[in-house]
Amino acid sequence: MASSIAASRTPRARVSAALFRRPWLRAVLLLSAPGAWFVLIYLAALALLFVSALWKVDPLSGKLIHSWTLQNFEELVNEPVYRTIALRTIGIAAAATLTDVLLAVPFAFFAVRVASKRMQGVLFVAVLIPLWSSYLVRVFAWRLILAKNGILNSFLGGLGLGSVNIGYSNTAMWIVFSYIWLPFMILPVWSSLERVPDSLIEASADLGARGWRTFRTVIFPLILPGIAAGSIFTFALTLGDFITPTLVGGAGSTMIGNVVYSNVGIANNVPFAAAFAVVPLIVMGLYLLLARRLGAFEAL
Amino acid sequence: MKLAKVDWALGAVLAVMILGASACGSSSSSKSSASNLPAKVGAGEGQLNLVAWEGYTQPQWVKPFEKQSGCQVHAKYAGSSDEMVTLMRQNGGNQYDMVSASGDASLRLIDGGDVAPMNVALVPEWKNFIPQLQSPSHNTVKGVHYGISLQWGPNTLLYNTKSVTPAPTSWAEIYGTKYKGQVTVPNNPIQIADAALYLSKTEPALGISDPYELTEPQLNAAVNLLKKQRPLIKKYWALASDEIELFKNGDAVIGAAWPYQYSTLIGDHVPVQQIIPSQGATGWADTWMLSAHAKHPNCAYKWTNWVSSPKVQAEQAISYGETPVNRKACPLMETIQKGSCEVYHANAPAAYFDSIKFWRTPVAACGNGQSNCMDYTSWQKKWTEVTG
Repeated sequence: MASSIAASRTPRARVSAALFRRPWLRAVLLLSAPGAWFVLIYLAALALLFVSALWKVDPLSGKLIHSWTLQNFEELVNEPVYRTIALRTIGIAAAATLTDVLLAVPFAFFAVRVASKRMQGVLFVAVLIPLWSSYLVRVFAWRLILAKNGILNSFLGGLGLGSVNIGYSNTAMWIVFSYIWLPFMILPVWSSLERVPDSLIEASADLGARGWRTFRTVIFPLILPGIAAGSIFTFALTLGDFITPTLVGGAGSTMIGNVVYSNVGIANNVPFAAAFAVVPLIVMGLYLLLARRLGAFEAL
Repeated sequence: MKLAKVDWALGAVLAVMILGASACGSSSSSKSSASNLPAKVGAGEGQLNLVAWEGYTQPQWVKPFEKQSGCQVHAKYAGSSDEMVTLMRQNGGNQYDMVSASGDASLRLIDGGDVAPMNVALVPEWKNFIPQLQSPSHNTVKGVHYGISLQWGPNTLLYNTKSVTPAPTSWAEIYGTKYKGQVTVPNNPIQIADAALYLSKTEPALGISDPYELTEPQLNAAVNLLKKQRPLIKKYWALASDEIELFKNGDAVIGAAWPYQYSTLIGDHVPVQQIIPSQGATGWADTWMLSAHAKHPNCAYKWTNWVSSPKVQAEQAISYGETPVNRKACPLMETIQKGSCEVYHANAPAAYFDSIKFWRTPVAACGNGQSNCMDYTSWQKKWTEVTG
């Protein structure tokens, strides 16, 4: 035995022995690459964002002026138009989130509690399939559906129901956002519903509670963390989006993302864009605090 | 506590990065000198990167150019002059070789040192250009040519002939409620000039003589008109293709447009017509400008010569629906499409040229020697107020 141990002390074995004796070294080696990525790409970008929000741009030459100023934030606060845009963005994000909750909970409930195993698989794939196609293609499709001479109106016309004029409007944005982010709400709600033990529901029935009462007092509190987790996705994704407003929005559909995009890509005012980009960060920070209160991070 | 330690470390990392970020970026950029013009066009570099208006790099004339010169053309469409300026400044300005800048972008590019002087002697066709656009003030500063003129034309009133009756004759149609929710105009601050031009005729008391030289009350009057227009708007279009789709799908029936949208829609059998309303029109005169940091200058000169030639001038004029700068294009236009020289004003008298209010960058200095005009930054701000 002893001789075989001695014989196995090759360099490789020595390295693994050294690693075995020093758990911290293993951790450092494992985490250094993702850690460096995190610090360099993620935190550095955030830091640059905050720093450049305090710079400004020379209006004539378009060059950055690297002196500290709060001018961008003052403009954000003092110009009513930016308040309107920020409130509109938050409003649409909240509306899309609420819609997704209302759609996802019954859907997931049916899939988990009612559907057969086979049906469950079909539904799961149905939820995921839209995510396989390009985001842009799906938004463009909605643009064609909602256009005045589009699919929706020719369908309604065929049924003799007249036509609706919702193409290029905030209504169109609300529909598209609700559609696009729905899978991100269904999946966490689904998994939190799966974790509700049958015994609790049976106990509730034994104690005389009807279906609605059971849902309200037993199931809903248990899946609330799942709903909160899903709402983080739907809310945050809407808050930062600029493609959907550009494609299906109308006059008065400007969102924070559009102002950021046009300040970077068209007006060349990166500092102002950075300052406005801080707003969704703050909103999301508050939202995450609220979500943590609701236990969202237990269901991620 | 462990957590506190992590927080401290994160804070330190952030502090280091902030210091690093503020330390870098103090390097200054150098302006190119105006004196060293190339004496001849050398061998092509095999590539050419362009920032262009949609419709300016059609395969019809780009493909033969690539074949003849060996320069592969990569074009990026810009939706507005502001976007063109930004694209030419991004990443140190060496991403694109040339830009088809309109008069409201060209001076900004020259002032910013983003474009280089060009040698007109290397563009023989330049001598055949209409005199007004050989050395116009929007691309020639103190006798130095910063680019070669390309094409020009008016911004028109486009309408669906089935839905808009009787046929409009005035810009009033896009400011009145008759077509509420079916109007579209460009998402572009220079659109304020269109409102100002309209007011200069309908409200003479404001005293607007030039739509690009507006005092604060005049600007506010134009902005008020545009704010009243906003509820009528279906969508502020960003790219020409957006407006084309709006007209195709019936979402918009009237709006401010370029001739390109008209010719594309006609090609798709959409019943549209375009006019220059009674109040006149704003317009553009475009210039191919060479980036000060161009990586493919020889291909750029080859391209400039190509698009200045009578044949390509004629092709582009008919394809886009604009007016060529090369006077020799007229007979060639006739061979491509009978009557097109007349339709696209290639033989029009100087009075027609003078009737168009060409896009210019608004500056504080008014033409009358005073300096109480509102500059472009204020225009941009006001435009955000209108559309936001």
